[in-house]
Amino acid sequence: MMKAAISKPGTAKNNKTGDWRTFRPNVDNQKCIKCGTCQRFCPEGVMGKIGEYPEVDFDYCKGCGICANECPKKAITMSEDK
Amino acid sequence: MTDLFTPGHRACAGCGAAIAFRQIVNALGKDIVIVNATGCGEIISTPFPESAWEVPYIHTLFENVPAVASGVVAALRAQGNDHTTVVCIAGDGSTYDIGFGALSGMLERNDDVLYICYDNEAYMNTGVQRSSSTPLHALTTTSEVGKALHGKEQFKKPLLDIVAAHRVPYAASTCIAYPFDVDKKLKKAKAIRGARFVSIFASCVTGWGVDTQLGVSIARLAVETGMWPMQEYENGEMKITMKPARKPVLEYFKLQRRFKHLTPEEVAEIQKTVDGFWAKHEAGEKK
Repeated sequence: MMKAAISKPGTAKNNKTGDWRTFRPNVDNQKCIKCGTCQRFCPEGVMGKIGEYPEVDFDYCKGCGICANECPKKAITMSEDK
Repeated sequence: MTDLFTPGHRACAGCGAAIAFRQIVNALGKDIVIVNATGCGEIISTPFPESAWEVPYIHTLFENVPAVASGVVAALRAQGNDHTTVVCIAGDGSTYDIGFGALSGMLERNDDVLYICYDNEAYMNTGVQRSSSTPLHALTTTSEVGKALHGKEQFKKPLLDIVAAHRVPYAASTCIAYPFDVDKKLKKAKAIRGARFVSIFASCVTGWGVDTQLGVSIARLAVETGMWPMQEYENGEMKITMKPARKPVLEYFKLQRRFKHLTPEEVAEIQKTVDGFWAKHEAGEKK
């Protein structure tokens, strides 16, 4: 999309990448120990704040599954996003 | 609140470089200027007129990133700014190949620049062509597997050693799978003045043919098998900063399409090279 006249710098946040997703992460807070692993490794940085339970921003989550794979407590599972 | 590297960037799902960029801005903070080479890093983060960087950013070419950074830092210092860190971010194509001359010049002049290479071992942006960082026998679209060729025929260029030979104050290698190591080395580099170089091993799930959820664990396997040594050069002294478990290299290869064609002989050949590196290092330690 071309936007010719630029009065202020645009941000990539305009680009909602959540619609790329095939699988979605589901977090089980009962198993989560708030270690921050998923939040550190998320390529999008959309797992919320370190020190708190993960809160996925589905506007941007691409569903790669790194969070589920890296979670030391297996508190995140991936399921088909319908 | 989001990072200084925002979501909405166009990286593939599971991108290792995007993880590296988040680690970089989180470690270095706001008082930086990023000089970014052409490559995946640029095309995923700054499609006109948008940017995923919430810090000052300039995109330049494959071949002149360190030269532009030298200019930026000279201008800042001339203005009396003695605190802002000028950071180059470039892939292995720019660092090992196309911008190698300009990098060597910047290192030789010992300009006050922190150069960060995110190494994913090929030209991923243009469709996975081999670079001089691509490892031996790996499949790329310009080192194909067939009757005439069986993947790349050459070794990966030992860039960290070449950088260190310029006698720069700091040169190190790290890996996205070890976020605390990345953070520590970048912060250490930031505190030093002069030409600094940090190489971050960043997986490319698309180019390597790996499942997206393995983006981090495949990078960790490169370290665990000894394929990617974690090193630090300070004042000419090389130090290994992490002793790997030394899993067989096959464990790293078997998860990747780019190594699927390897014969047992080829695997053994690479294992021997890796063993040789570690035997040399361990012998040096016992002295």
